[in-house]
Amino acid sequence: MTATALLAGGLKLQVAEVTAQTPSITSITFTDPAGGPLPAYVPGSHLLVQCGDGVNAYSLTGSGRSPSDYSVSVLRVASGAGGSAAMHRLRAGDRVLVSRPRSAFTPMATARHHLLIAGGIGVTPMLSHARAAAEWGMAATMIYMYRPAEGAHVPELRELLDTRLVECTDRGSFRQALAEKLSSQRLGTHLYVCGPAAFMESVLASARELGWPETRLHSEPFGTPELDAGQPFRAKLTRSGIQVEIPAGVSLLEALEGADVGVPNMCRKGVCGECSVAVLRGTPQHRDLYLSEDQKASGRTMMCCVSRSLDQELELDL
Amino acid sequence: MSTNLIDHAIPQEAATILPERITRFPFPFSADSYRYSTNIEPALKPVSTEAGGWGTRLLDIDEHYLQELGERAAVLQRDPSRLQVLPHMRPAVWDAITTLLPIMADEHPETMSFERKGDSCRWQNRLHNLDLEFTAGVDASLPAEPLLFLGSQIQDDIALLDQRENALWLDAGLVTFAADWSLGFDVGMKFLEVHGPVPRVHDEQIITRAQQFLMNLQPGEKYRRTNWTMTVGRRLDTSTETYPEWAQDRSAVVTDPALPDRLHLRVEVQHLIRLPHSGAILFLVRTHLLSLADIARVPAWRERLGRVLAELPPDMAGYKGISRYREAASAWLLAG
Ligand code: HEM
Ligand code: FES
Repeated sequence: MTATALLAGGLKLQVAEVTAQTPSITSITFTDPAGGPLPAYVPGSHLLVQCGDGVNAYSLTGSGRSPSDYSVSVLRVASGAGGSAAMHRLRAGDRVLVSRPRSAFTPMATARHHLLIAGGIGVTPMLSHARAAAEWGMAATMIYMYRPAEGAHVPELRELLDTRLVECTDRGSFRQALAEKLSSQRLGTHLYVCGPAAFMESVLASARELGWPETRLHSEPFGTPELDAGQPFRAKLTRSGIQVEIPAGVSLLEALEGADVGVPNMCRKGVCGECSVAVLRGTPQHRDLYLSEDQKASGRTMMCCVSRSLDQELELDL
Repeated sequence: MSTNLIDHAIPQEAATILPERITRFPFPFSADSYRYSTNIEPALKPVSTEAGGWGTRLLDIDEHYLQELGERAAVLQRDPSRLQVLPHMRPAVWDAITTLLPIMADEHPETMSFERKGDSCRWQNRLHNLDLEFTAGVDASLPAEPLLFLGSQIQDDIALLDQRENALWLDAGLVTFAADWSLGFDVGMKFLEVHGPVPRVHDEQIITRAQQFLMNLQPGEKYRRTNWTMTVGRRLDTSTETYPEWAQDRSAVVTDPALPDRLHLRVEVQHLIRLPHSGAILFLVRTHLLSLADIARVPAWRERLGRVLAELPPDMAGYKGISRYREAASAWLLAG
């Protein structure tokens, strides 16, 4: 997926501590090997961690305010791609490459009250939210559903939330707690849910049935996902008479610059419109915010700072 | 900065005698005509101009530092509505403080330093003779309301936007040097509503694109753009609230022989930053004023501004409030 590009600007950290939370969930804490502070992050953010032969995303469990370490909790998935098993093999002192924290599940600043609903390992971003709420003196309530003996972070949550934590270890009591909380919230409460897909769906469906407006339900990251590295392709430049190879993770603009073919540019983010190039043959894969839908459909122009190719080769008027 | 440009564009002697207010001025035009565009670029990218260069710092401090901050304090004294903080923006204000002070210390180590351990912070600013210990997140540990305090340390005007319901909302700010708008009026509005009065940009989708771009910014990302207008006198406070004080000058200057000294090109260097912990968008506006007489000391600028002013479509000139004098200004510049 998005791995290479994101990890390029990432951080090299050291495993400081590995703690078993439950028989299948392990917490791993990373620090800067030089002992420095780490970039702050928005509550609910995640890290991409390169481990084993894959890159996986894990939610950070701290509040994100002036952190000296990053902690994630990882569930070992027997059938998974192997990333979780590799994470569970990490030991103190190991070095890993992680991305900068990425925000995708932000608490709403205007909320009067946060209702946090966690299922299983989905507790990790909710713990981050609960910590941030406590730091800013904001009210938060949590319903936490976990299988017996598989409750991660329970002691911290009990201390943070006290009577505002409802723990459930079976469906019946969860449904009851959910119904009760969904119908007793005061105006201005926002609901956040994280857990298995079916769990999130059923929580959101119950909330909608009880008349919760969409603007106060949060389960999905907002904003567009980071542009992925894309497929490699070739650009044939008709006027310069050369060919340029564009590997995955490198933009067409960067590749052109590397070949000493300058294109005027400004934002390098697909919004300003400066870097347009005329396409003579091939179908561009448009990823910019600048061109209209019609212009994109015509396929005759592309913004070379972000857009790529659907074909193996593009012919450009350069 | 581009020494080679200086060498080639103007005689060495002239270059060495130009004062910093000219060599560091962010002259905004790259062509003889100007139109709105989504002119956003990465922050901190060096820009070279015919007179020197700018752009390598996020927080620009210049010779006017103390005087401008004095002026800001006086404006706030007269009109406290220039500060607006909706209650949910408190964390964003703190995020702005703990993000900007370390950057300013890094960029100006001769006069400033910042240290932080946990939430205990120490800020030293020798330009103000200030040595301050405070606790991040604790309002009472600062000598003033937090956003007022930040506004007493940087020359930029400050706005903070909250992101929710698929939009950006201008929910806090400290704006004393507005170019004919009013924070008191705009606070609580959406980004698109804030830009409602601007001609052309809506048909051209410029503002919707800008908003989409801003909403996609990840924490820590920093961009910038420039905007420009003109002002009579070295007057920073041209907000809507003080309109009666400055509006007449716009007619009076037309026939004044002192027009080249009185009339200033006003350039805003605006930074757009996604704050790391609150996730709010921080919008900084640093206003630079340079008289036409100073502009004319750089021949390329003299000609270019003269042409831009002559060519600017009437609706844009009207919106910028420069219709009355732009012909006189252009004529003077091009007569050089
Ligand atoms: C992110 C925070 C921003 C805020 C709070 C903001 C605010 C404002 C305000 C208050 C005005 C004056 C409107 C009036 O006359 O009442 C203005 C003008 C304008 N803004 Fe923004 N703006 C922001 C970012 C941007 C961006 C990213 C663009 C990108 C295109 C932009 C483009 C413009 C333009 C073209 C004008 C007209 C300027 C002129 O002709 O003098 N703004 N903005
Ligand atoms: S450089 Fe701005 S759209 Fe490509």
